[in-house]
Formats: sequence, structure tokens, C-alpha cells
Amino acid sequence: MATPKDMMTTWDKIQPGAVLPSFEDPEHKVRSKFNSFNYKVADWRVEKPVFNRDLCIDCDFCWVSCPDSCFIVEEVENKRGKKQAKIVGINYNLCKGCGVCVDVCPTPIKSLLMFPEFMDNEEALKQWPTKDDKK
Amino acid sequence: MKKITNLKEFACTPDRFQGGHRLCPGCAHGMIVREVVNATDDDLVISTATGCLEVCSAIYPYTSWDVSWLHIGFENAAAGISGAEAMYKALSRKNRSYNPDKNVKFVAFGGDGGTYDIGFQSLSGATERGHDFLYVCLDNEGYMNTGGQRSSSTPVGAHTTTSPRGRVSYGEKNRKKDLTMIMAAHGCPYVATAVPGTKHWKDLATKAAKAISTVGPTFINALSPCTTEWKFKPEDTTEIADLAVETCMFPLYEIEDGHKLTITYRPKQKIPVEEYLGRQGRFAHLFKPENKWVIEEIQKQIDEYWEYLQRREEAGV
Repeated sequence: MATPKDMMTTWDKIQPGAVLPSFEDPEHKVRSKFNSFNYKVADWRVEKPVFNRDLCIDCDFCWVSCPDSCFIVEEVENKRGKKQAKIVGINYNLCKGCGVCVDVCPTPIKSLLMFPEFMDNEEALKQWPTKDDKK
Repeated sequence: MKKITNLKEFACTPDRFQGGHRLCPGCAHGMIVREVVNATDDDLVISTATGCLEVCSAIYPYTSWDVSWLHIGFENAAAGISGAEAMYKALSRKNRSYNPDKNVKFVAFGGDGGTYDIGFQSLSGATERGHDFLYVCLDNEGYMNTGGQRSSSTPVGAHTTTSPRGRVSYGEKNRKKDLTMIMAAHGCPYVATAVPGTKHWKDLATKAAKAISTVGPTFINALSPCTTEWKFKPEDTTEIADLAVETCMFPLYEIEDGHKLTITYRPKQKIPVEEYLGRQGRFAHLFKPENKWVIEEIQKQIDEYWEYLQRREEAGV
């Protein structure tokens, strides 16, 4: 198999834990080194979407309409014991800032909003519109 | 067949088409492909005809596919996947299959250039031979990867680089080829149309699951709004796709066994086609007074086709 030399490695060079699945990973998944998941397309972005967990109703519309699969999903159990997806954040390495997720968000005050790239997420969350602003 | 009941469960599936590909921001290709490959739990072998999807998802040394993937030419995506399917069948008959317990399904993706025009011969041939595969056409109504030339899928009046608007011309003059009906006439066991987006996500996912589990050649024609060449803002992708359905420009239906037609979504109130055309830059010249007749012509064609679909559904033939 033709691979670039810097990507090839031997058994004695592998760090402990590199082969085992990392359990901190919310998706409990190991990906190959060559998966584009490890590539950054963040330099395409002018505006970034910011996710507000407090307003989210877990409808997962953003997950289904995101072309770059950049929503980090955690699997939880609901009251009836069925598995259910919970959005926990956005992978900013994969997001190109198209804004489809903001467009499809159905909550009365959107739980996803576009903010300038240079702004901190915490600062953006402070500037979030409230119910009174809308009226 | 994977049962898809609601989005909360569907979102738990690990993505088989990962992000980090270089499709344009807001490209509908990503939405459609993700839904199709996540709609099944079986192992997949995928071949992709040359086009936006192929060149953007496999830039060396990275790949976006978490499934077996076959890089193949413009004209032979269906031929390649039918060869893989035939080999798999032959090997499992001889008990030399790599993993005999697992179910392997075959899917081919092609743009409208690689399906309507160039790859049509291989698709038609693979369908005739009766291979067990699904072909998904990502219909963005032109050769968008090479700069927006017209294809036989381009609708009447659209501005493309090879059917430009101007003093003499009002854009594309020929009618869009009706490929879904052509594939149904081949005798495919399952043929359907679909759009991406939040409103019709379940429609697309169930159609994909149904098509993959059906034995024999199946075909899905999915409308894929193109932000760069249709000229709208990236965030409007899902809205444009919904408008195409609501105006009946791209009606949603499925045909089983080559004759049994079912309309899967019926708009409550049909919106005039101006709404859909006005949102896109490629139709902007149609709103000049001298080109108004083209819009009327398009509306007439849509009404006729919608009437035809409804009558055919009623008759059940």
C-alpha cells in the first residue's frame, strides 16, 4: 500500500493507548489516520455557529442537515429506557460555517446562532438574545 | 432493513461519511450521502462516478468514507459496482467470501452528468443484467464540478455557461430529461425521487433503507441544490429543496415493480413556481418583461406533469 513515509510507523513507536479505543471520545470510535476527520477545514470559515445547550430541545435537525457531520452527539437513555441522541457541541475543525444548522433550528429563540470567527464562545453566550429582546 | 422511527434514534448512528471533505459550505451532496449510508447497518461497498462528490471526498492521503470505496471513471460507476457485486456473489457461492456471516450491500453514487448523460449506458446495462445494487443520482442540474455547463437534467430557462442568458437567448431551451420514469421503464423493482433537508429527512432515509434492502437494481433520484452555480446563499439549501417540492418542480414519488406509482408527499397548497425561480440567481433573467412567457411555460409544464402523476397514481398502472 502506498502511504506517505511520515504516516508509516512501527510497533515500537506506538504510544500506549494509541491502538485501544479512547473512552473519552464521545462517539466511542476509533478512526484511521487517513480519515478526513483528522483534517481541518476550519480556515474556510468567516462566521462560526455557537451552540447554546440551555435552549436546545434535542430535535437533532442540525445533525441531519449538517453536510460536514460536525455535531458531536452523545448517546443517552431517556425515561422509557430507549436510546436517544444528545447534542453536546460542535467540532470546529470540520465546520465550514455554512449556517444551515442555524436556519433549521426550530426553537423560538434559536439555540444556534452565527457569531464572528474572532469572538470567544463564552462571550457569544453572554450576548445571546432573550425573550424580551424579541418583543 | 433498518427501522428508522425518529430522528433521536437515527442520530445515534456513527457517521460513515465523515466531515473534513472539501465540498462547498452548504452543499446538499453531504446531507444526501450521509443519510443514505447511515440508513443501513449492513456493510457497504460504494463506487462513485467522477464529479464533485468523488474529487472532494478522497483527496490523498485522506478519505471521508468509513466504508469500502471504489474510485471509478465518469461513465462506469454502475458497471464497476455491478462487477464488484458479481464477484461477491461468485466468491460466496464458492465459500471463499471474506466474511460470509455479514450482509454486504452495493451502492453507486453519481452526479447528474455521470447519470443522465455519460454514465447512462452503464446504468442501463447494469439494470438490464439485474444486479443487486442501489444507484443514487445526486441531481444538481448541470456539470457543476467543471464550472456549470448544461446537462440533460438542466431545467428550461436556467442560465449555465453553455446555455447563457442574453439578448438572443433566455437560457436552456430543452426540457429536463425524466430519468426516474426511464429507470422505472427498465423494470427496476424500486425507483424513487428524494430531496435532502429537515422536512423530508424521513422520506429520504426510509426510501434509502427500502431501496438497499430490495433485491435487484434500484434507483433514487435526489435533488441536490448547488449553492455556487444556482447562486443562492449557503444557508438556504434546505429551503430551496423544500420549495422545489412545494411548487411540484420536483415531486416526491416512488415506483415499485416498474408500474405501481405512489406519491409520497402531497403539498397542501401548490405554491406558484415564481417563488422557487425567484430565489435563485440562475433564473433571475426570467423576471424581465420580455421573458415572462418562459415562466408561464414552466408553470404549464409543471401542472401537466403533476396532473399526470396524480392520474397515474389513481389508475394504479
